[in-house]
Amino acid sequence: MGAIELKNVTFAYPNGFIANENLTLSINSGERVAIVGQNGAGKTTAVKLMNGLNKPTKGNVFINGMNTKDKTTAQISSYVGYVFQNPDDQIFNSNVKKEIEYMLRYLKLDEKEIERRVGRAVELTGIQDFLHMNPYDVPYSTRKFISIAAILAIETPYIILDEPTAGQDMSGIKALTTLMNVLQDEGKSVITITHDMEFVSDNFSRVVAMANKQIIADGTARKIFWNHDVVKQAKIKKPQIGELASDLGLSEDIILRKELVDLLINKY
Amino acid sequence: MKGIELKNVSYQYPLSEAFALKNIHYTFEKGKFYGIIGPNSAGKTTLCNLVRGLIPHFYEGELSGDVLIEGKDVREWDGSLLSTKIGYIFQNPFTQISGVKDTVLEEIALGLENLGIDKEEMIERVINVVKLLKIEDLIKKNPNNLSGGQRQRVAFASIIAMDNDILVIDEPTSQLDPESTADIFEIINMLKSQGKTILLVEHKVDLIAEYSDEVLVMENGHIAYSGTPSDVFSNIELIDRGVAIPQAALLSHDLQRQNKPFDFITITNEQAKQQIMKRMSCVNGSY
Repeated sequence: MGAIELKNVTFAYPNGFIANENLTLSINSGERVAIVGQNGAGKTTAVKLMNGLNKPTKGNVFINGMNTKDKTTAQISSYVGYVFQNPDDQIFNSNVKKEIEYMLRYLKLDEKEIERRVGRAVELTGIQDFLHMNPYDVPYSTRKFISIAAILAIETPYIILDEPTAGQDMSGIKALTTLMNVLQDEGKSVITITHDMEFVSDNFSRVVAMANKQIIADGTARKIFWNHDVVKQAKIKKPQIGELASDLGLSEDIILRKELVDLLINKY
Repeated sequence: MKGIELKNVSYQYPLSEAFALKNIHYTFEKGKFYGIIGPNSAGKTTLCNLVRGLIPHFYEGELSGDVLIEGKDVREWDGSLLSTKIGYIFQNPFTQISGVKDTVLEEIALGLENLGIDKEEMIERVINVVKLLKIEDLIKKNPNNLSGGQRQRVAFASIIAMDNDILVIDEPTSQLDPESTADIFEIINMLKSQGKTILLVEHKVDLIAEYSDEVLVMENGHIAYSGTPSDVFSNIELIDRGVAIPQAALLSHDLQRQNKPFDFITITNEQAKQQIMKRMSCVNGSY
């Protein structure tokens, strides 16, 4: 059994609106997975099932073999850290450092351990300069890194990032890449929702595509991006380089710039 | 024709010693599409606040130099009149949604209601914009229950409905899926063809390269580079300065480094495609 396991999960909101239908997905320890798909497809709802914020209406979700239905969200969240799409939904302390320390104090860790974890989370997210500021006085893209730091500090084995690339500039994207590499080296699973197709092709080997409340494809980035039906249905696009290769009628399933450069150097 | 003129403009936010904008000298002409790019905290949103008149009408602080909107100093413009002239789509759609209306339809009509537009015209404008943004299935929903991307489309719709001459748009696609992003760029392009002036802040440089007439690269509160997309994006310096450039330009640079350059630095996929096809037909002997 995978570390995170969704088995035929359907989720309906209390008003009856069905947001996820019959999801089955297994994610292993140390795996890195991108979730892509159209707005309103149910991506955020699906990842909230993984950290217990949402409990299945039908089917089951298992985290390390524990059924989320039998546990509180607080219990699950010590295994699965979820960084909200909108940092303003997550951040509530008046000072960046306090925000990052908040959960650690709730977990009653000693001061030394709190200091170590805050230091590491701050270093990984590059927010050193903002520690003593009010989170609402810093730019949105930095606020996103504050919300990431607060979750990293909990040091959960599984981490979910909900659209971390939104509004990030080149250095922000680089910082996210480095961060994911470090987490993977530590054996952590990272699940990322994103609309940035270059970010997906550059960083993820496994991609889950969602459309209309369901998972419609699960496979390598190359397989997903070159499956015309999946791309169309999930309202995604190939990365720019993939689009170019496709327009040129190249059959090599290219998604990376390096692949196209190599082909052009060697053949043309 | 001049739309917005900035003459030696500098600005500091209240209680801040640093300049958010420094010595900006630039003229935005009517009917053109301007792409504004650059790292975060470079002053892009502050520039938007300035041309929209939020500086100095809403934000206090130190403003020097002249900001002329259609020839008239921004300080002399009436704030509410300026809001009918210039539409502003905020970066964060969670901020833009008013939160006071129960349906998307009413949310889109809110700005028009405030302008005192008569009911028939209001309904017509709302229906048109709903179709344009393909949000027919959202109109009866509560704006507060929408996903991030859906909110962004609704926020966009409520500004388009206002029919302003100048649109200042701050990262309208940050939460959107790729197909919706492409749709938004098509809509912005259509607005440009109607003669509207567009100032668009975006990180998606591939699309900026394809659609904009002029590109401004901001860095530490000033305009570091400006010119046509070709002028700006063919400059390899940008990468070292932490500014993203289109994939087509990166591809060009990669090939140049390996001594197999294109005829020029391509900045769009279409240009790269033409260059590659030319090369393929050479190899295949038909060229």
